[in-house]
This record gives sequence, C-alpha cells and structure tokens, in this order.
Amino acid sequence: MKATVIVTLKQTVLDPQGMTIQRSLASLGLTDISDVRQGKIFDIRLTEGSREQVERLAKEVLTNPVIEEYRIIWE
Amino acid sequence: MKFGVVIFPGSNCEQDCYYAIGSVLGKPVEYIWHQDTSVKGFDAVVLPGGFAYGDYLRTGALAKFSPVMKAIAEFASKGGLVFGICNGFQILTEAGLLPGALLRNVGLKYLCKFEYLRTENTDTPFTNLMTKGQLLRIPIGHGDGNFFADADTLKRIEDNDQVVFRYADAHGEITREANPNGSLNNIAGIVNEQRNVLGMMPHPDRSYESILGSADGKLVFESMVNALVTK
Repeated sequence: MKATVIVTLKQTVLDPQGMTIQRSLASLGLTDISDVRQGKIFDIRLTEGSREQVERLAKEVLTNPVIEEYRIIWE
Repeated sequence: MKFGVVIFPGSNCEQDCYYAIGSVLGKPVEYIWHQDTSVKGFDAVVLPGGFAYGDYLRTGALAKFSPVMKAIAEFASKGGLVFGICNGFQILTEAGLLPGALLRNVGLKYLCKFEYLRTENTDTPFTNLMTKGQLLRIPIGHGDGNFFADADTLKRIEDNDQVVFRYADAHGEITREANPNGSLNNIAGIVNEQRNVLGMMPHPDRSYESILGSADGKLVFESMVNALVTK
C-alpha cells in the first residue's frame, strides 16, 4: 500500500525560496505565474493498510505544525 | 554545580561550550551523549550549535527524537536550566520546549558575522548579570535563524516578557537593517514561560574571550553560574 504526503508551508509563513523561484521566472518570460511556494513530497510504502500510522508520521515527524501543513494522497 | 553539554550526531560546537564552562569559568562540565536516558546530577544542560542529524528533514526535527530529549523535557519541567545555542535553539522549538520555529534566513544566505544584541529581560537565570538595554556583541553563524511564531503566540511571548535578546544596531536601536535574518520583531533569543529554558541563535560560545573578538558572551554563562550559586 502506498501513500504520498505533501508538506507545505502555511499560507501565513513567508517562503523566501518560493519567492526567489517566482522572481526568476520573469527572465524566462513566464510572467503569468504570480506565486510559487516550495514544499516537500514523501513517498511512503506500508506493509498493511494502516492509515493511522501514516497520519501519525505526517503529524509528528514530517511536519512542524507551527509552520507547515500536510495532505495525504492514498493509493 | 555541574553543567552538561549534549552531543548529537552532527553537533559541532560542544567543545566550545565545554571550554567556555570548564576552562574559562572553571566550573564542572561533562558531555552528555544523545542516547543517554538520564540527566541526573546535572544542574544545567546546554544544547550546542551544529547540524544535529545533518539538519535532515528540518533543522532540529530529528534530534527531538533522541532518547536524551525525554530526560531533558522532564528536567526542564522541574525547573532545571536548559540553554540551547543556535542548533540547540532549533531543537528546543521542535521539541516544544520553546514556542515558535526557526525558518530559513529571509535572504537565503548562510550568515557568519558579529551582531549587536540588546538585552530585553534581565529577570532570567541567563541574564541576571546584565542591565536592561545592555548591548552585547556576539557572532551569529546560521542559515536558518529566522524566528517565526503565529500572531497569537508572538503576542503572548511579547506580553509575557519572554524575549531576552533582540538584534540591534550599534546604538541599541531595533531596526530592520540590524535584523540579519528576518526574525519577527528582531527576536534573537527567548525564554519559556517559567524562564528556565533559553534559546538564542547567536553564539556566546564563540565570544567568551576577547581573543575571539568579543568576551560579551561570557556574561550568559556567568549569569547561569550566578543563578545556580544563589539558588
């Protein structure tokens, strides 16, 4: 069983890396892109169907709840 | 009194802390390995700078799972002195022993330079030998020193006088130019509500002898000794 955890900064947190990427798009002519935010993806493989373990992993390890949020894509 | 300096895999400032406490201040100090499950016998625990667990996942994120952190949390809840420097500060926020979080420097560059810090609160075991408003010249060396907390937490920290050091200019003014990394309210160091846990990004462990360019950092360690002596 597979799960994908996507971790992103909360909207209220400044993302200088995303801002830097967005600023560099102008030189490529990609001027319709107004905002880019950088996040992380974790590919997880489970032996049995334990969604609870993935939720715990996402909540307690993969994210810092002060600044990040997550969503899980189940397969 | 006995100081302990924790070593995580990837810590690299433990020797500076050990030297500052043991040789410069002449106080008993021992290393604590991150897998130790007890901090019995210690009166103060220092979490040094460096790159614990290689900063993998997030700075300080994996260090909070080291066995010693449970003992340190218990030690802190009973009023023991805990001092996190740089990576140590990051670990303390990840472990929930201090509020907020440390983000990537707003300019995205690793910064290594001297800073002026203004002392905001002298009513702590880490600043009792300073005067309010006193300027300290202490170096920083970090890529992720940008202090962040949500609006409610930040207000609580400020209202509760938990801010201990702010980045300032040479005249003691808190300005945007004096803020090296984008930290909210120029916050460089904070204590917890009980004031027994301090986290600061700048390095008093690199400014404890004038030959290092500044001996101002020694005051933080001396204040801790003073607090333990007068306990």
